[in-house]
Amino acid sequence: MSEFYEKDISGCGIIGIMNERGLDISGEWVMSAIASMRERGNGLGGGFAAYGIYPEYRDYYAFHVMFDDHRAKEETEALLETRCLIGKDEPIPTRPDRNIANPPLLWRYFLKPSEEYINGTSEADFMVNLVMDINARIPGSFVASSGKNMGVFKGVGYPEDIGNFFRLDEYKGYIWTAHGRFPTNSQGWWGGAHPFSLLDWTVVHNGEISSYGINKRYLEHFGYRCTLFTDTEVMAYLFDLLIRKHQLPLELAAKVLSAPFWDEIGRMEQRQQQFFNTLRIVYGSALVNGPFAVVVGHTNGMVGLNDRVKLRPLIAARDGDMLYIASEDSAIREICPHPEKVWMPRAGEPVVGILKSSVPEESRMWKGGSLPRQHWFGQSYR
Amino acid sequence: MALTLYPSEFRIERDQERCIACQVCVRQCANDCHIYDAEDDSVSTDESRCVGCHRCATLCPTGAITIRETSMHFRTNANWSARALKDVYKQAETGGVLLTGMGCDRPYPTYFDRILLNASQVTNPSIDPLREPMELRTFLGSKPDRIELDYSGGDIRLATNLGPQLVLETPILFSAMSYGSISYNACWALARAAKAAGTFYNTGEGGLHSDFYEYGENTIAQVASGRFGVHADYLDVAAALEIKIGQGAKPGIGGHLPGEKVSEQISQTRMIPVGTDALSPAPHHDIYSIEDLRQLIFALKEATRYSKPVGVKIAAVHNVAPIASGIVRAGADIVAIDGLRGGTGAAPTIIRDNVGIPIELAIAAVDNRLRDEGIRHRASVIAAGGFRNSADIIKAIALGADAVYVATGALVAMGCHLCQKCYTGKCNWGIATQDPYLTKRLNPNIAERRLTNLLRGWSLEIKEMLGGMGINAIESLRGNREHLRGVGMTEGELKILGIKSAGEAW
Repeated sequence: MSEFYEKDISGCGIIGIMNERGLDISGEWVMSAIASMRERGNGLGGGFAAYGIYPEYRDYYAFHVMFDDHRAKEETEALLETRCLIGKDEPIPTRPDRNIANPPLLWRYFLKPSEEYINGTSEADFMVNLVMDINARIPGSFVASSGKNMGVFKGVGYPEDIGNFFRLDEYKGYIWTAHGRFPTNSQGWWGGAHPFSLLDWTVVHNGEISSYGINKRYLEHFGYRCTLFTDTEVMAYLFDLLIRKHQLPLELAAKVLSAPFWDEIGRMEQRQQQFFNTLRIVYGSALVNGPFAVVVGHTNGMVGLNDRVKLRPLIAARDGDMLYIASEDSAIREICPHPEKVWMPRAGEPVVGILKSSVPEESRMWKGGSLPRQHWFGQSYR
Repeated sequence: MALTLYPSEFRIERDQERCIACQVCVRQCANDCHIYDAEDDSVSTDESRCVGCHRCATLCPTGAITIRETSMHFRTNANWSARALKDVYKQAETGGVLLTGMGCDRPYPTYFDRILLNASQVTNPSIDPLREPMELRTFLGSKPDRIELDYSGGDIRLATNLGPQLVLETPILFSAMSYGSISYNACWALARAAKAAGTFYNTGEGGLHSDFYEYGENTIAQVASGRFGVHADYLDVAAALEIKIGQGAKPGIGGHLPGEKVSEQISQTRMIPVGTDALSPAPHHDIYSIEDLRQLIFALKEATRYSKPVGVKIAAVHNVAPIASGIVRAGADIVAIDGLRGGTGAAPTIIRDNVGIPIELAIAAVDNRLRDEGIRHRASVIAAGGFRNSADIIKAIALGADAVYVATGALVAMGCHLCQKCYTGKCNWGIATQDPYLTKRLNPNIAERRLTNLLRGWSLEIKEMLGGMGINAIESLRGNREHLRGVGMTEGELKILGIKSAGEAW
């Protein structure tokens, strides 16, 4: 599989909501919004990312891990125990949902890398390697998320059912992203659902990347192993590479992934021209070609981005401290009927939400009006 | 010498009812196949000298001439083909090395014909290049693997200083053809077409006529083992330099421009006396190992103050991938690889037809190797050798080449009919000759137009195919083998090419 990877293509609904002051938002809001885009998925994948959900373990890397069986769990735990200090481990709480079948074993670990094992590399690189090792080497184990004070909850099902299953109504976070999936060749694998995550990066993605073949080979050059058969994985690694490793500001990273056209660069003033020429020349293989709309979450904010010719829908809105980015206007209006500002971001123009203060010591709730209404379809998550 | 034992290769059929004895064929044939009899006012033929260049048949105003191959005159034999027999007869008569021109014409597998391209359906919209931007711009040269930024002073500045790059508006360059092997007009047309199309042509190893200095910005100047015409101005005027180690048509051997072709002009350009043979040694006599190559690369960089990319051209041989890796590590900004089917002005037939490997496999092997070693960004890869159309080119790029060199295609665009007799100096199309009577047949204006037409046509087709794949910038296809599928190949071949079999999904 290393050379002849498989790739999963899908169309999807995505949404991200964020409170830029860092106030806590209940998971119910995002569940309601993604549920309104049920038409965009087909029940073969749904998931959520939430930031600020583990304040009591904020110094620990929170690993959400899926296991096919106990053998995989034992093997993974053996690896974790050698390389890390485990602050706490527990099953991820779930509640039965009649629409959710055959979940894997779901466990979460709060980890710190053990000092003697780090051996010169940065802590982040160490954790990345750990994730790569588990995903690539231990069959039946999959690390769904690995960042601090955040987590990914995903699986096979409609997103609102997945949310109910994971009891997301009981979590509070300052950023929530969600994804409803319409895969065209799903293997029905829980790990294949979105968001895809590495460290604190999460990506929800609607699109198919025509440049996948070269993006993947480019990432291999920097030691990333694409094992997951999804375009989204490539997106997450590219963000990690450009922002964490190469330390590009987010806006510039966006200009790598959705590079401006040469004609556009040609119209810039001299110094900018040189800047963007160089950026494109150096990062040509990181250009993400083909239709996509993504919402990328990270500890300090959220970014929405379209491909360079905007071949997938993406709309954004602001209301006070709240930033909303979604596939459809209706999803935003579901939870914020009258935003102060609604706009269609241009192709390749990132929509950036930045956490204005560090997460408050005593997290406070965002008072966002009345709770979302219950949906007309199927089973409610409440 | 007695009568030769092999029949004429071609049969010239003249329809006497159509022939008006205008003598166009007589004047056009440098091989003297057509003979005018003034007493009779009729034209007869001596087909023993016919090379099958079709000049007479093309120009005959009444369409009276037909040229046919006569290879079936021998008794059928699966081992001893007509070609094998003729070669033996020729060598028995002459005792020499059989020469030929152009690229290998033997039926080795052409992998391009076994590779199919992808297109978008439903899940991914195809892009219409007539409505949407479609970018072919390509940069050749060494690149850093990341960008460095300088945040001091408030705003973000670029701390990375990019090395010199060649900017191509389409990923197609004209490959090396020396002044000497081809005519002044042919060189001129190539230079002008390269300029018009925003790309580059390559001088080959024959130096650069001072008339063409004005096209320096579109010129890649070659430094080959004979060092013909290499001097300070030559290095300065070019946009990039290329050290020629080998050529796909004749890996491992040198070159030979016969003294008959060394006219006054060529003598000045090559810096050798009129009428002397121009012999390029097989190896560079200052390069006996990779560290010697490194010295020459940096000697050229020093000489040009690191202002232009320096490339190295090699033939695709069995060990091409590690050799390319060594070349990149030696400091080359561009590696050009010339495959089995690459052309030549003159080469021993036995070498041309039996040495080297197909370019498709070489591209894949080199691209893989450079990536495995983490040095792919340090040099661009130009593939050369037998690109017949835009599909071949796009497949080469998807396999991992940054751009391609085209020479045979360019000659054909100018009128070449691939008779493979370039080494005789009697090119009836006025391309591979220095005979003023013949060279004036190639009108540089028309030749330039035909060359730019070809580049334009191919570029448009590449855009269509890219758009079909849902890609709007060529760099997203480079090395993107997911868009290729193989048919009729062995597991081993698919593995080397790094592509899946047709029918396998993502």
